Amino acid sequence: MGWFLLPFDNLLCIVLGISFTVGFSSLLVIVVPAVLGVSIGIRRLYMKSLLKVFEWATVRMERGAKEKNQHLYKPYSNGIIAKELSSLEQEIQELRASGTTLSSEPEFEMADIMYFCRRGVESIVDDEVTKRFSAQELESWNLLTRSNFNARHISLRLSVLWGLGLFIRYSFLLPLRVTLAASGIGLLVVLTTIVGFIPSGWLRTYLSEKIHLMSYRICVRSLTAIITYHNSENKPKNGGICVANHTTPIDVIILANDGCYSMVGQIHGGLIGVVQRAMVKSSPHIWFERSEVKDRHLVAERLSNHVADKTKHPILIFPEGTCINNTSVMMFKKGSFEIGCTVYPVAIKYDPRFGDAFWNSSKFGMVNYLLRMMSSWAIVCSVWYLPPMSREEGEDAVQFANRVKAAIATQGGLVDLLWDGGLKRGKVKNTFKEEQQKLYSKVLVGDQEDQGEDRPQEDEEELEEEDQIEDRPLEDYTPRPLEDCSLRLQEEEEERGSETPMKDQ
Amino acid sequence: MGSRASTLLREEEIEEIKKETGFSHSQITRLYSRFTSLDKGENGTLSREDFQRIPELAINPLGDRIINAFFPEGEDQVNFRGFMRTLAHFRPIEDNEKNKDPIASEPLNSRSNKLLFAFRLYDLDRDDKISRDELLQVLRMMVGVNISDEQLGSIADRTIQEADQNGDNSISFNEFIKVGNFLIFCIFGNMNYYLT
Repeated sequence: MGWFLLPFDNLLCIVLGISFTVGFSSLLVIVVPAVLGVSIGIRRLYMKSLLKVFEWATVRMERGAKEKNQHLYKPYSNGIIAKELSSLEQEIQELRASGTTLSSEPEFEMADIMYFCRRGVESIVDDEVTKRFSAQELESWNLLTRSNFNARHISLRLSVLWGLGLFIRYSFLLPLRVTLAASGIGLLVVLTTIVGFIPSGWLRTYLSEKIHLMSYRICVRSLTAIITYHNSENKPKNGGICVANHTTPIDVIILANDGCYSMVGQIHGGLIGVVQRAMVKSSPHIWFERSEVKDRHLVAERLSNHVADKTKHPILIFPEGTCINNTSVMMFKKGSFEIGCTVYPVAIKYDPRFGDAFWNSSKFGMVNYLLRMMSSWAIVCSVWYLPPMSREEGEDAVQFANRVKAAIATQGGLVDLLWDGGLKRGKVKNTFKEEQQKLYSKVLVGDQEDQGEDRPQEDEEELEEEDQIEDRPLEDYTPRPLEDCSLRLQEEEEERGSETPMKDQ
Repeated sequence: MGSRASTLLREEEIEEIKKETGFSHSQITRLYSRFTSLDKGENGTLSREDFQRIPELAINPLGDRIINAFFPEGEDQVNFRGFMRTLAHFRPIEDNEKNKDPIASEPLNSRSNKLLFAFRLYDLDRDDKISRDELLQVLRMMVGVNISDEQLGSIADRTIQEADQNGDNSISFNEFIKVGNFLIFCIFGNMNYYLT
């Protein structure tokens, strides 16, 4: 019986041999340039060929749909409905103007509810906030099941291509990438620990920089991240704070690939904790214990101390506090803007055609997310370094934060929103509803209720800059992501009408 | 993971919804995508919590009433058909809608159906009358704590006085139609869709 196993044995050996050779040589081709800091240009070539394939795929699907005389599902980025953005007063005056009664007494029309009603239903159909917390929809198909909405229109040829793509991604790219990532992180941990033994001085700083950069380069290649850096003359310098919009934990790797930063965050357990502890041995990162994160003054103090020391690298902070899906920039927490040093804004924009980089933390855990990242085609993004900004005279931290946010949004082509990213998990405070009620009452009874209002031209679109969320419930996944802790500073709040705590989602 | 939108919604269903509500094919698939993105529990229905997760709706003073309008009597879940049926009230009125079926009932976005929708926002107990209490409730929701009870009461009284014709101290649907500015409901009861 053993005689017919022999050819298989041989075959198995040959297959294994080939795959090992291929794997090893690819590793070499990738790692060596990473260590030396050189780029051969393989990734860009890969990107261009992928684009051609995607275009072909989309054309085929459109043709398929036309043959069956059906509609292809197309996402619309500018919303489903045309909303009118006028203030409460304006619309109600319009309502009244077409009415007939003219009296000086409080005017109430039964039709007044229509204003709130329409606004409400409009927000049910399409609102600005909830769609930022799920992946962006694509115009064309990129041969990944996860982003396909037109599965009915796939022809045989397309399915074959998809199958081929699947095979390549999971059997070749994924193991390669995982190996690379493991070696990158392993190198980081080992080498930084070694460097930690060298006494403080220029040698240690120099070596630490080199090691960090090298490890990040390997990690970048392990994700097949193709990054274009613009305006490198504005790169953050020592003694400043670098702020960027946040889409995924990979943002850190993308930025650290090009320069040395000091990270801020909470110390975790497990593998991440090991990496964190190793990193801090050779260069000064700012890690907080979980209990310290809530202490606003402690956080501000440590950050100021770090920034005051000009030999230390710039601090990297994501003021949104949570991951947003890269179509908009949400409210910046003011904590990092109160410190009073130079702020270097950075805009990061991902190209969603190659793989959606957004981490939907309510849907996927970290490991699941990394696997998805490593099994997509590539991560293509652009990084713009914006000119440094400082707080101007008479500007408070909140206005400064909004100015920086607007600059980042403009550069990255993102929508600038005033809503808090924490609304992903938290309920909005009642104070905003009360504002609307106040506005309407003013329209009803006129300004006799004027109690020396501080905001005379308040448009209902304006939102207060304080924390917009009620008491946050604890998430039930672990570990706590890095971005949620970096400056999750709490304000001292008067609990105006805060009701029952939010139920778990 | 997995595909959403048109793959989970069968063609027959889309046709049925089209006939019932008057939305076009692409509007229906787009709204289905919206429905599934709101459906966090992924069970094909929306609960009240799903609606309240929309911040812009949560800060709307009439938010709870509007959410209520989506749910049929006494139920806690609304499926896609019910969702579309309610949204259909807000489609713009088409004056020359070629009515293929003469026996077909009035379209959901007709003038009187829009008015009925608004009427039901006031009439919580569905007894086809807006009582003084019901009117006060809605007024209170819209003004919050900014107007005193007495003033609010007099506003309510005056409104009922103007509208009430048969002297029962409440507003029926017919009285509602007459006092409410007819045109306003039609103009404000419209939402214009980008898609056709």
